[in-house]
Amino acid sequence: MLQKDNIAKGKDSTGRIADTDAFIKGLWRENPVFVQVLGMCPVLAVSNSAENALAMGLATMFVLAMSNMLVSSLRNFIPKQARIASYILIIATFVTITDYAIQAISVDLHKSLGAFISLIVVNCLILSRAEAFASKNSVLPSLLDALGMGGGFVLGLFCLGAVREILGNGTFFGLALFPEGFQPWIVMILPAGGFFTLALWLLIFNRWKVK
Amino acid sequence: MNESFGNIFINACLVNNFVLAYFLGICPFLGVSGKMETATRMGGAVTFVMLISSLCAFGIHALLVAIDAPYLQLISYIVVIASTVQLVEMFIKKMSPALFRSLGIFLPLITTNCAILGLALFQTNKGYNLPQSFVYALGAGLGFTLALMLIAGLREQMEFAEVPRMVKGTVLTLIIAGILSLAFMGFAGLGNG
Repeated sequence: MLQKDNIAKGKDSTGRIADTDAFIKGLWRENPVFVQVLGMCPVLAVSNSAENALAMGLATMFVLAMSNMLVSSLRNFIPKQARIASYILIIATFVTITDYAIQAISVDLHKSLGAFISLIVVNCLILSRAEAFASKNSVLPSLLDALGMGGGFVLGLFCLGAVREILGNGTFFGLALFPEGFQPWIVMILPAGGFFTLALWLLIFNRWKVK
Repeated sequence: MNESFGNIFINACLVNNFVLAYFLGICPFLGVSGKMETATRMGGAVTFVMLISSLCAFGIHALLVAIDAPYLQLISYIVVIASTVQLVEMFIKKMSPALFRSLGIFLPLITTNCAILGLALFQTNKGYNLPQSFVYALGAGLGFTLALMLIAGLREQMEFAEVPRMVKGTVLTLIIAGILSLAFMGFAGLGNG
């Protein structure tokens, strides 16, 4: 009886550890932005302010979570040869939903994100999670994996967006941070600043890994 | 609407370079820009697919407007691009096995290149007509190739430079790309005249 209990407990706890791990790894150890360097196009393009970065990150996270759930629940029905095409169709459906939802919530936000919402379709992060994780696991771990990876993606985008907005505009979420005389570094909100900021963050991460 | 072909070309190729100003197609940009030869081939393949998918996207847009179903835009674009890539792959394999071998894995990878889908979406948003779309696709493709080749050339030179271990690889490429992006800003205003 006791043994049985222990085994049950052991199974439970290992199960939980595995689930938590599916969630945690995306946030830190396999962070999609800083470690895997996946889905860079939106990361660089819309991270010119903290607000845009956050909105883009959340939109991607939503698409990732929904498509991972659907892919994992359909994983036994999708034929092997047609799987990539099916995944892309599933992703495109959710991206269309997100696109229209953002347009309904805030027209300004939709305008500033522009075509990059539609371009979530070709974000390699989403396809790679569908192929590498959701197609082999059941619904709950897939959802956790998506939330973890999506969370990591939001974190990465936010880190970039915050730095670029603070230095390039002198504001944070539209609030002025510096006294009057501050000369904003215009270059940071220009495309070049995106490359430099990402390089800087990767440098910090590399430094931390080398240690 | 009434932009001249020259303006569209210069805009797509230099002023709003897809890689350095719009950040489209960064994945192959970081991935295959290590060698000049692969960079050139990749650029050629992307330009080719861009031209074809731009024409297809123009047709689909006209069709979707006719049947009043704009919400199908994204889904039909991505399906068409994926099947175009597949068709091009089969065609090249049949017609020129040598070219097929030299392009290798890059051909199927073009499907998930955001520059292609981005081009289709931008040309629809800008309301270009058929010849204008064609010139736009040509400019974008050549601009992509140019950026890829510039980076590849610089990276080949940097192979022999002594850089700290932390900076090697992606970080170095990103810094070079940033400097190139600054340089390309010098073209701003060129396409307006």
